[in-house]
Amino acid sequence: MTIDLTNVRFHYPEQPNQTVLNIPSWSVPVGEQVFIHGPSGGGKSTLLSLLSGLLIPSEGQVSILGQRLDQMTSRQRDRFRAGHIGYMFQQFNLISYLNAFDNILLASQFSQRKKAPALHGEIKKLLTVLNIPENDWYRPARNLSIGQQQRVAIARALINKPQLLIADEPTSSLDPVNKEAFMALLMSIVSENHITLVFVSHDLSLSSNFNRVESLNDINHLESSA
Amino acid sequence: MFTKLALQSLLDRKGSVVLSLMAMTVSIFVLLGVEHICHQAKENFSNTVSGVDLVVGARTGSINLLLYSVFRVGTPTNNISWETYETITNSAAVKWAIPISLGDSHKGFRVLGTTSNYFQHYSYGSQQHLDFASGKAFHQVFDVVLGAEVAKKLGYQLGDKLTLAHGIAATSFSMHDDRPFTVVGILASTGTPIDQTLHVSLQGIEAIHVDWQQGVKMPGSNITQAELEQADLQPKSVTAFMLGLKSKMATFRVQRAINEYAQEPLLAILPGVALSELWQMMSVLENTLLLVSALVFVAACLGVSAMLLSSIRERNREIQLLRVIGAPPYFLFFLIELEALLIALVSCILGAGLLAACLAFSQDYLVSHFGLHVEVNFLTSNNLYLMVSIICASAIVAIFPSFSGYRQAKVIKS
Repeated sequence: MTIDLTNVRFHYPEQPNQTVLNIPSWSVPVGEQVFIHGPSGGGKSTLLSLLSGLLIPSEGQVSILGQRLDQMTSRQRDRFRAGHIGYMFQQFNLISYLNAFDNILLASQFSQRKKAPALHGEIKKLLTVLNIPENDWYRPARNLSIGQQQRVAIARALINKPQLLIADEPTSSLDPVNKEAFMALLMSIVSENHITLVFVSHDLSLSSNFNRVESLNDINHLESSA
Repeated sequence: MFTKLALQSLLDRKGSVVLSLMAMTVSIFVLLGVEHICHQAKENFSNTVSGVDLVVGARTGSINLLLYSVFRVGTPTNNISWETYETITNSAAVKWAIPISLGDSHKGFRVLGTTSNYFQHYSYGSQQHLDFASGKAFHQVFDVVLGAEVAKKLGYQLGDKLTLAHGIAATSFSMHDDRPFTVVGILASTGTPIDQTLHVSLQGIEAIHVDWQQGVKMPGSNITQAELEQADLQPKSVTAFMLGLKSKMATFRVQRAINEYAQEPLLAILPGVALSELWQMMSVLENTLLLVSALVFVAACLGVSAMLLSSIRERNREIQLLRVIGAPPYFLFFLIELEALLIALVSCILGAGLLAACLAFSQDYLVSHFGLHVEVNFLTSNNLYLMVSIICASAIVAIFPSFSGYRQAKVIKS
């Protein structure tokens, strides 16, 4: 299993009475692509933060790639995230003043991958695969189009060869044409590299790309009072 | 890569960064400049006179005596009679004596009447004797030897004629214009008040005052140069004199003997002691200047910190992004510290460069207007320590924004 959640409850420390997540059991096998949809404010981002180890559950077990995130120290979780998990936001995936190449290079600096001998070559290969013209590699990220930025973001998320990719509405800032191209690219890369994908969006039209589609409400069993 | 990240991030906020950088640069410039100039002034000061065991003048304060005899600043209180001068300098303990007669000037530069002993025995710095850049010491009554600065400023060369003015004002109405002096020697630069002095013989001083009474020229008198040289030009008094003793051990004994001299109220001082007393008075000023410049620097440091602190709020997305790619919260702490250090380092380089440029440009001005010889090379160990402490101080002040960055990184907002 890539993801295995058991009896997970989460509430923010400031609001102990307001449970945000209550997941009795949820798992994703290796290599599966899951599409999760649900209303905004339904705890989607919190779930993704738990999966990436940015947050730890108030109760329960979060096991990613067989490792218990809830039992790790904060430093261990940071290392684990750098080495095994790719993460994409809706936007602002890149440091705007660094160029595309350096953005990807920076992402490799927090994992063991920074020692890889052909790192620069790999970055160039990724950028080529993702269709970024060579003369855009060294331009500040803010000068790239949104579509290009999101493609560079895929490269950034994949540079450390993660086994799990988490995408938080990565297409919501793209126009329909770009959106389609982006999805096709993402899906082909993910299946080629056998990466487990957790894709969150409120845009149900994208769900046709996935073989497993879930509603957050089915995963998250909140009490009627909440 | 992390240095690059910090650099690029600073470059991205050029406007506010450049302003903080300027504030830091100016404050470092002031701090280094004050430290350097104080140090140089002190060095100049203690280098003014050396090898002189005692300075003797009419009874006054020791600092006053030092000021007018060595620095040519202020006015002498009284003269010493020639008999007293002879009696003291002929005593067994005295090796040599340099008489000093002040009171005339030339275009604002003071004229010093003395003897050839002056060129033989007077020394400055680390026992350096006076050197002639050209010419030689005076031999005739109407010979004059110029200090380096006088010759340079007024453009005199050997053989030029000049007239002295009575009194010490730059524009004097009573000129000794009937008795011109000839430049026979120009001294090499010393970086002391000697550079701003014209040296003539005691006889020369006597000669120009032969027909003067009470500081005014007697009307109708018209003595020729030739007559003067024949006249009895034995000086009747001197303003002060410097003594070299045969044995340093005798210094205090001779000093006491002079201070208790019954025929005339005299004061003998050890120049080294008086110099340090004088410097002690100045050190209050020095410390005040340093304190003020340190405060200016602290203000600039706080400015940089405020700039970094406000940037952290704008950089929330960037911080979250760094967290997602695996940066631990303390990475943010060091990133902000690094940015502060880069600013401090660049400011140090700019401030030091600015100071070097200013010193190079103002060197001549400082010498001619303040008699202050300032070395352009200010990278003394003292100033290097100062720069290291500057960088440490900015790192310490940057703890506040850095910690704020750390806290921001710890909190995950969804």
